[in-house]
Amino acid sequence: MRVRRVWYAVRGRAYPRTVGAAREPSWIFYDLALPILGVLAFVFVYRALGAPPQFTGYVIMGGATVAFWMNVMWNMAAQFYWEKHQGNLELYMMVPCGLVPILLGMAAGGMLATTVRAAVVVAVGVLLFQAPLAVSSWPLFALIFALGLVALYGLGMFFSSLFLLWGREAWHLVSLLQEPVYLASGFYFPVRALGMWVGMVASLIPITLALDGLRQVMFPAFHRGLLPLAWEVAGLALLAVLFPVLALRMLRFMERLARQEGRLSFRW
Amino acid sequence: MPPAIETEDLVRTFRLRRSRQHPSGGPVVALDGVSLEVPRGELFGLLGPNGAGKTTLIKILVTLLLPTSGRAAVEGLDVRTQAQRVRERISMVSGGEHSGYGLLTVREQLWMFSQFYGIPSGEALARIDRLLQVVGLYQERHRKVQQLSTGMRQKMNLVRGLLSDPRVFFLDEPTVGLDVGAARDIRAYIRTWLADRPDRTILLTTHYMSEAEELCDRVAIIHRGKIVACDTPARLKQAASGGSYFLLDTERLDGADFLRRLPGVARVDSVERDGQTELRLRLAEDGAIAGVVAELTRHGRRILRLQKIEPTLEDAFITLVGQRLEEADQEVIGE
Repeated sequence: MRVRRVWYAVRGRAYPRTVGAAREPSWIFYDLALPILGVLAFVFVYRALGAPPQFTGYVIMGGATVAFWMNVMWNMAAQFYWEKHQGNLELYMMVPCGLVPILLGMAAGGMLATTVRAAVVVAVGVLLFQAPLAVSSWPLFALIFALGLVALYGLGMFFSSLFLLWGREAWHLVSLLQEPVYLASGFYFPVRALGMWVGMVASLIPITLALDGLRQVMFPAFHRGLLPLAWEVAGLALLAVLFPVLALRMLRFMERLARQEGRLSFRW
Repeated sequence: MPPAIETEDLVRTFRLRRSRQHPSGGPVVALDGVSLEVPRGELFGLLGPNGAGKTTLIKILVTLLLPTSGRAAVEGLDVRTQAQRVRERISMVSGGEHSGYGLLTVREQLWMFSQFYGIPSGEALARIDRLLQVVGLYQERHRKVQQLSTGMRQKMNLVRGLLSDPRVFFLDEPTVGLDVGAARDIRAYIRTWLADRPDRTILLTTHYMSEAEELCDRVAIIHRGKIVACDTPARLKQAASGGSYFLLDTERLDGADFLRRLPGVARVDSVERDGQTELRLRLAEDGAIAGVVAELTRHGRRILRLQKIEPTLEDAFITLVGQRLEEADQEVIGE
């Protein structure tokens, strides 16, 4: 009964993320055209420098990852802030299923919609630039991708409560985190190029390890990873547990504070 | 069987941050020892100006806010310690609500909310269609929410609130900002819903005297966080009937202070309208009207209409609070 209730709530909240959001044609521009433009610029730079064709593959994967990071930042981390201003958050806090399934629904809907968009970016990139993408191990690829998604959306869930507490600053935080992560996580180049310690710090963002791990699986002979693949998978697994747990704790804290201080109800 | 709603010496204070508007910061008392008991099956109204504490009280009852002290229960369940069980029994709709997502259709949006209450899809869609028909929104069911008018949107919100068939339904100024027709439809449906389900309870906050008078079995007048009176609209009006009430239209007056000084005149409210002045007079007895008429004549003002009226809920409010609802609102804005 309890599981069924949670499932209903998850699918209910995922619906606007999948079916609803597809009705807004602007996603073609923001989620497809913009990442492809970014990819285009880097591909031409690498080609001008005479870099090996694998670099084109790096860039296409980075472009696809942009869609996930944008989704996590704008549609997860900042989402409760928007929900508060629309009046949804109060209603969500009052429903018997609680906020957790609603947050999970947001994440599930975001993952599904963004995976489709990222796949389109990869397909368009491969067709346009004839990039040599080949997966050496599909199970390993699927494992890294799944762990990366869970860890990344766990981080987004954690940020959603945190940003809500910081109020208006959330907007600036989202902007602040966007571009530096493109750099620090090695969206368009191997993260190892930044040095081991920078790479390790950047690995707190799950995208860093996920992207590097996926590149190791796709270019096994060419790509020198930040860490051995097994370590990267273990690190991702750790983050995939850590961030959802932190997110749940933060959510409980936020709920308690909201009821104590009336922060969600009154804009004083 | 416990009452639908019960509060005991409920207090809620907020700590304001220091700002330009509130240079001293410090605590603000939003509710100051509110004790209420609403039996099941009642449509209970909370009437008061802006900032009186109506919304704070509702937010405590719907588990969005914790009381600073005192106790509040819904159907015997403590809102502080049994919030989860309270949530299974309640629903709330607020006026001017813009909840949901504009890209969804009306039917999709309502379905989404039904999922948060664990209603299976088939049953939810049947309920949604039935309720949309009742509120006259069925034809708009495939329209995007962002394309709805304010009145349609509020009807949809009402359906959202009723989807879970709540045992206690909270309505926070549900007709605020609506045109006359939409407000009338919503009031009519609220009454019908309760008549069909005599074991359900509605707590309605409102700013509109006529709404409270038309809908509510009992009304509590709340002012500055305190309940100043709680009774049926008829009894509240009786309490205000210590005197005679007259409506008097006269040629434009520059001020009505000279009337307030007359013997037997308890209160004078004046409104300028189309170059005339409408006076609403509360007198100690009928005979005092003669003095008013004579004074107006002495000031060279013709009497255009004179009518003895029954006291209204607004008169009761004035008697109890000492000012009109609009004046109390202005006072809050001024603060």
